[in-house]
Amino acid sequence: MTEPLLRLDDVRATLRLRGGEQTLLDGVSLTIGEGESLGLVGESGSGKSLTTRAITRMLDPAFRVTGEIAFDGASVLSMNPAALRRYRSRDVGMIFQDPRAHVNPVHRVGDFLTESLVRDRGVDRREAERRAVVLLDEVGVRNPEQRLRQYPHELSGGLLQRVMIASVLLAEPRLILADEPTTALDVTAQSDVMAILEEQRRARGLALLFITHDLELAAACCDRLAVMYAGQIVEQGEHVYEAPSHPYTIELLGARPSIDERVDRLPVLRYDRATHELLKAEAS
Amino acid sequence: MSLAPYLLRRLGGLLLVLLVTSFIVFGLLYLAPGSPLAFILGPRGGTPEQIAAVTEQYHLDDPFLLRYVAWLGDLLRGDLGYSIVYRQDVSALISSRVGTTLALVSMAAIIIALVGIAAGTFAALRGGWGDQLTSTLAAVGLSTPSFVVGVALISVFAVGLGWFPTFGSGTGGVDTLYHLVLPAVALSVASAAYLARITRAAVLEEGGREHVQTATARGLAPGHIVRHHVLRNSLIPIVTVLGLTIATLIAGAVVVENVFALDGLGSLLVRAILQRDFAVVQAVILVLVVAFVVVNAIVDVLYTFIDPRITLGSRQ
Repeated sequence: MTEPLLRLDDVRATLRLRGGEQTLLDGVSLTIGEGESLGLVGESGSGKSLTTRAITRMLDPAFRVTGEIAFDGASVLSMNPAALRRYRSRDVGMIFQDPRAHVNPVHRVGDFLTESLVRDRGVDRREAERRAVVLLDEVGVRNPEQRLRQYPHELSGGLLQRVMIASVLLAEPRLILADEPTTALDVTAQSDVMAILEEQRRARGLALLFITHDLELAAACCDRLAVMYAGQIVEQGEHVYEAPSHPYTIELLGARPSIDERVDRLPVLRYDRATHELLKAEAS
Repeated sequence: MSLAPYLLRRLGGLLLVLLVTSFIVFGLLYLAPGSPLAFILGPRGGTPEQIAAVTEQYHLDDPFLLRYVAWLGDLLRGDLGYSIVYRQDVSALISSRVGTTLALVSMAAIIIALVGIAAGTFAALRGGWGDQLTSTLAAVGLSTPSFVVGVALISVFAVGLGWFPTFGSGTGGVDTLYHLVLPAVALSVASAAYLARITRAAVLEEGGREHVQTATARGLAPGHIVRHHVLRNSLIPIVTVLGLTIATLIAGAVVVENVFALDGLGSLLVRAILQRDFAVVQAVILVLVVAFVVVNAIVDVLYTFIDPRITLGSRQ
């Protein structure tokens, strides 16, 4: 078997606290092949975002990370600062949840888009702007030349998220990490942004790690799904949505409200930490 | 709001502030005990005829409002009045001294900006012992009065090592700058310490922002991130404090100018107050108020360049 683009093997992230240690990623293993998309779903605090941070080595220094993270065969955890910067700059692109907070408000949109190209790739500013205009056009931003000269606060959230996507595509990475890219947007902007991301990804053959708590959205646009609970991946595969096997996934899918019938109370998940520990003990 | 109407509005505000402060200062001086007579006529006092003549010449017996209005009228014609101590026009007196104070304050402002921002950034980014050391030095700097710093600087660098002159403002040009080094350092220690603390806090806060994570995730060089994202975005608090500091430096120069025997506005003001030289006190205070308002207006205009979300006259 050939080496996948990204491979996480038994990754653990432990936070050292005064009163002891807390393990927030508890043996995460997953792979993403070239051009493949993996949907990582789970409730808040299950460790989805921590996983993306671990992949780019952006966890707080207070975390101790063990296990193996390999990108195209190279160990991410043992990269020196220069190699790490190169890896972040060229190999992975990160799309964040809230573009308003994640784009520096005092620089122009054009500066944000071209910053990395001009700074780190030695691309001429004019050429970088030309590429930015082309990409903005591709992700459905109208009047791209004018947008380059505007400031982030002059753009809507959906538009800014497209700018963020364009900034990631500009760097021509091989893997995109999208951490709930649509959560901070309103519903119509959500579907637009998702469609654009998916279209561009497929056109370029990029791999994607898509993080969300929207199971259906993940199932609709990803090749495979991985379900996280309490810092562990409880189940992953191509048919998780159609044929879940883990009790948590089954219950999670069963809890979706249906549009066909009216219910007075939404179901509450009975799966909790105690059940989780019990199942783990039984399995081992 | 565009620049021209904004400046016009600020100018109107300035005139109002000047009117109010001049009235308050005039009133306070009027209420304060003592009279310029004692100084003009010397310690032995004068004959009743001499007192009457001086009182008549300087309108010392006129009612308060009448004197205020008369002074205001002179001011509108560009006449700041006549110093009864120096026997000289106040405008000439001030213009011969404003240069020294301006040079002193400018030099101190440069020192404050360079040292304060550098030390604060160092403390925030270095952390650990560097942070401890800077914070301790800042606390010492903040709590030491400028005249103490001045005396210490004189005894070490002027008397002890002989590197700098002990007093005076020199003969102009480079010599004046040379004479102003120690006074400027004395004037800037406390403010630089304060700015260092503000910078440290601002850099720590901005460094934790999400857009800095974005920059890190894009693999940008750490130095570039600090300059273009962290420091650049910390400029609002830094410029605010720097502006307020420079405005108060002008008043703070009073003490330092006396310690180093500089012939600036500060020493002029102190002597004028002691000698009840009303016209000089009034004029110097007006100059200080104008400087304060102008510096603040400059800071407000700078905001719009620093943060595009702020527009002139907005309340954001």
